[in-house]
This record gives sequence, C-alpha cells and structure tokens, in this order.
Amino acid sequence: MTRLSTTFAVRHPALVCFITAGDGDTAANLDALVEAGADVIELGMPFTDPMADGPAIQSANLRSLGAGTTTADVLRYATDFRARHPDVPLVLMGYANPMVRRGPEWFAQAAAEAGVDGVICVDIPPEEDDALGPALRAKGIAPIRLATPTTDVARLPQVLEGSAGFIYYVSVAGITGKQQAVLASIEEAVARFKASTDLPIAVGFGVRTPEQAAAIARVADGVVVGSALVEICGEYGAHAPAKLRELTQALANAVHTARQEIAQ
Amino acid sequence: MNTPLNSFRNQPDDRGHFGQFGGRYVAETLMPLVLDLEREYRAAQADPAFQAEFDDLLEHYVGRPSPLYFAPRLTEELGGAQVWFKRDELNHTGAHKINNCIGQILLAIRMGKTRIIAETGAGQHGVATATVCARFGLPCVIYMGATDVARQAPNVFRMKLLGAEVIPVTSGGATLKDAMNEGLRDWVANVHDTFYIIGTAAGPHPYPEMVRNFQSVIGKEARAQMLSRVGRLPDLLIACIGGGSNALGLFHPFLDDADVKMLGVEAAGHGLDGDQHAASLLGGTPGVLHGNRTYLLQDEDGQITEGHSISAGLDYPGIGPEHAWLKESGRVDYTAVTDDEALEGFQLLCRTEGIIPALEPAHAIAAVAKVAPTLPKDSIVLMNLCGRGDKDIFTVAEKLGVEL
Repeated sequence: MTRLSTTFAVRHPALVCFITAGDGDTAANLDALVEAGADVIELGMPFTDPMADGPAIQSANLRSLGAGTTTADVLRYATDFRARHPDVPLVLMGYANPMVRRGPEWFAQAAAEAGVDGVICVDIPPEEDDALGPALRAKGIAPIRLATPTTDVARLPQVLEGSAGFIYYVSVAGITGKQQAVLASIEEAVARFKASTDLPIAVGFGVRTPEQAAAIARVADGVVVGSALVEICGEYGAHAPAKLRELTQALANAVHTARQEIAQ
Repeated sequence: MNTPLNSFRNQPDDRGHFGQFGGRYVAETLMPLVLDLEREYRAAQADPAFQAEFDDLLEHYVGRPSPLYFAPRLTEELGGAQVWFKRDELNHTGAHKINNCIGQILLAIRMGKTRIIAETGAGQHGVATATVCARFGLPCVIYMGATDVARQAPNVFRMKLLGAEVIPVTSGGATLKDAMNEGLRDWVANVHDTFYIIGTAAGPHPYPEMVRNFQSVIGKEARAQMLSRVGRLPDLLIACIGGGSNALGLFHPFLDDADVKMLGVEAAGHGLDGDQHAASLLGGTPGVLHGNRTYLLQDEDGQITEGHSISAGLDYPGIGPEHAWLKESGRVDYTAVTDDEALEGFQLLCRTEGIIPALEPAHAIAAVAKVAPTLPKDSIVLMNLCGRGDKDIFTVAEKLGVEL
C-alpha cells in the first residue's frame, strides 16, 4: 500500500487540493488545506509557460517565479511538508521542462527524497513516457496521467498503461479554471474508465463550489479543486491561510458527506 | 527523389523524433487531435488531388516559382563568391510564410475544420494566415504578443483588413512564445472545430515535418533553377532562423548533396555573451517547450528566458527540432549576427540591389557579407531572401535616428 492507495481507500471520496508552490506562505497554506480536510495535496511547480492553465494559475506561476521560487525551493516545501504530515499524499504537478532539466533520474531521485508520492506532468503524454515515466517508476513515484473528454476508447489503454496512484480526469476540454462540465458526461466518463482500471478516478477542472464538488463526489473517487484555491492565494497573500481553511472545510464536508446524502 | 538509407532527408521517425529532438509533448486533450492531424496529413500526402490543388494555388495565387536572382552589385561590393537570392520576398503577402499557410488551410478544409487560429511574431505568418482564411472564407483568430502588436502596427492593420481578429497577448514578455501559449490554450478549448496553423517548423509532430515539407518548395525550385541557370549546385546555402521554416525549406532538398554547405543564421541581438539574444542553438540548451524537445533559451531550472532581437520574427526562445538535429549531426553550420550587423545588412541590400529586405533575412545578408569575401570568385552562395521589409521601415527608422 502506498500513501495514495491508502488514502483513496479510507477517504472515499477524497478531496484533492492544488496550490502553486512559492505563491505566498506555502507551508502555512499547505497546513491550512490539510487541517481543513484536504486528503491529497497537489503542489504546482511554477513554470514560465503554463500553456494548459487559465488566467488564475498563470498568474500564480508568475507570482511565484517573480518571488524567485526555484526547483530547490519546491523540493524543500515538499520535504518540510512530509516532515509535518507523514501520512498525507503529496503530488507534484507541472510541466515537462522544469522536471527534466537536470535529467529525469535527478528529478525522480530528488522527488523521492522529498517524500513525493506522485507526479503529474501536463505535457508528457503516454507517447513520450520515456522522458520521465521510467525514472519515476524506478523510484516508486506514481506517474499520474491525465485523461480528458478527447481520450477515446481506443486510446484509453495506452493512457492507463504505466499509470499509477490515480487517474486525473480533466472534465473539460480546455484550460484550468474555466467552465464546468455537464455532470452526466463526467458520470459516463468515470464509468468508462472504471471498466478498464482499478485506479481511483479523480475529477477536476472548473470545480469551484462545495455544491459542484459534492455532485462530482457522488460519481467519482476524488474531486480536484485548484483555481478557486489559487485565486485565494492571489487575493489574500499572507492572509490566505484563514480563507483557504474556510473554503477547504466547506469543500471537504461536501465531498466527504456526498454519498451519505445518496444513502438517505 | 530517392532517399538512401543514410540520408539526411528521411527524418523524423514515425514518432516524430529527429534523433533526441522533436516528439509530441502536448497535453492529453490535444494528443488525439495531433494523431488525427498526422493521419489526415499522411492521407493528403498520398492524394494527387491535394498536391495538385496546393501546386495550383502556389502558382496562380502566391506567384510561384519565385525568381532566382544573381545580385551583381552586391557580389562586386563583397568581392568574393557570387551572391544569388531565392526571391521569396516576392510572394503574395511578402514572405515565405504563405507557402505553409496554403498547405495547412487545404488540410484544415479537408478535415472539416471551420475555424482557424494562429500565432504570429513579426506578423508575417499572421498576415499569411489571415490571407488564406479570407481566400477560403474561414473565420480567423490571430494571437500576437502585445509588444509585437506595438512594433508591427502595419501588419496588425493588414490582418484586420483581411478580416482576422487580432488578440494581443499580455502574459509573459508579450512576444511570440506567449502568443504560441495562447494559441495552444485556444486550441485545447476548441478542439472540435478549430485548426491551428502553426507558422514555423516547430510544435508537436507532425507540424515540424509538415511545415518543412510545405516550405520545401523553396529548395526544390532553387535546386532546379540553379541547375538550369548555371548547370551546377551552389556551394553554400544561407538562411536566417527564428523557428527555422524558411531555412529548412531551402536546405532540405539539398541535404543529401554532399558538396553543398549550409549556414543557418540566428539572431544574436545585443551579443551572445549576454542574455539579450535569440540564438537558441548557439546560446541555448536542450529542453521541452511547445510540444517538442529542442534547443531552448532557459535558466538552470528550466524556466524559459525571454529572447531579444531587433526582428520580431526571430525573437523566439526555441527553434525547430530538425535544426537541433542538423546541428548535432554536423550537416548544417550555425552562426549568429547582432542587431547592428543586421541593420548594416539591411542597408547594404537596399543600396546595392534596390531591394528592401525584412529584418529577418537582413541577418542572413549580414552573414553573406561576412562569408562571401572569404570565398573564391567562382563559388556560389545562395541565400533565401524570405521576406520584404515594408513592415520594418518604422523600426529601422527609429534605430537609425530618423523621424518619419
């Protein structure tokens, strides 16, 4: 059992929270998320060219880099997080270039030493798995793949092959933070993936409110919230932790009780 | 032409890799589209009707073949090799960019796409894309860095006249790379109906190969014209490089002609010793950006740094992956010239041949001016004059301290 598989088994459905590393007081922000009920943390590695992200996360990347955040800083945030929260899964999410800059083996080793459980790389599809996947697997780090509305039945096995941890279903063909998908399409997609894999399916993109999160939690194993949290970091800066705690608590309650409501 | 097994002309492999470069580093949302595009492109390549329509439009709409021109006064002034130009600045819209746009819009129509997007730096690719969209009646959105919108105002107006919507991009340094990010964001959100016409031989496979093939008309014509005019091939090919499509268009048909040397000219901006340049090959390192692995301007953490060039068309922190491969294989030599040298090249061509070049090929002219004097008088240098300079006169006037 890994931290990720244990978490998805116990906290079902799970709340996955994303913030960008180096955007505000990262340690305090992460603690707020965990204390308010986040089950899995996605820590964004800032990149100059976040081409799959909408304005909110683009701005967070620029704020972080503007504050001088380096790869070493991101790894230090991870190491410190692991020391404070030994059981909470931590996933690094970002783009290929900062991850492969010093070589995939270097990155996998450094991430493993920092206590990272999984890595989501937006722009390494299964076709280019060699660029990072083997190095991660060799260090026991889960390469978490994205599946999207354009991932058809023929392509799904290739996406699942070599994936670990969970499958991140990007429910909208678009950039982060924009519109939300129709619930029926999410339910259909999750069912389709479930027929082919035992990995948990977490659903994200455009999830902003507890109501939206609860609706998704009824059909998926996890709900990912990013832009709404990142916007709080941008708006409140050093005062973000209290606001993050507030939203995360509401999201966690909604996600964790979503299926009880069905039972009633 | 037959390509032998050890050919330089049989790249990329079936995964779109040029050695360690190229590939398809895109988000999962785009991956099925990129695969679909490759299938459709292969089908189009095998379809004589597609090729016939492409050829017909190049002849009657673009004005091909472009002339091959011997430059007598420039040759005399430089006092060495004979200097010849492939006159792609005489194409409709004033640059080589239109060759590729014709090919890609035919493919878009073949795929049933109803909306076109593109990025542009200097605005030449934006103008060429807006032009083919007007010609075929498709709506067109052009992403252009806000910095470039300001320094290329004439081309912005041209695009608007042609019916395109020009969206200034303010993120990052607000230049070509940021416009490309925004193009990719648009594409990922509109995959069902939108075709992305990438302007250079970069991006995810099959774009680098496809753009190169559409642009190869330059080299194929030049090769035949040279043989017919002087009965032999040139000794040296020279072309400027931003992403590298005009250079590949000229070079690729000659790659297996062992006696033909090739020189790609990057933009050295204020000089290669600082960070104010756009020479990805000479001043960069391999990395992954915009769908391909190639040489990039980047820092030790893999953050992309802002290039600088007087020419908006060369101001890009990456380069087409085939150039990265050609550099490592040693088949093509690469050099760089500064803003000031390019300005001198610009004026040199105006003065000696009555041709106002774009600032992009002005870099190649500066390289010709350095190399030609070192070569014997019976040798032949062929340069791709890939764009005309109307769009740049305001930039040049400013640099020369002239008030218009």
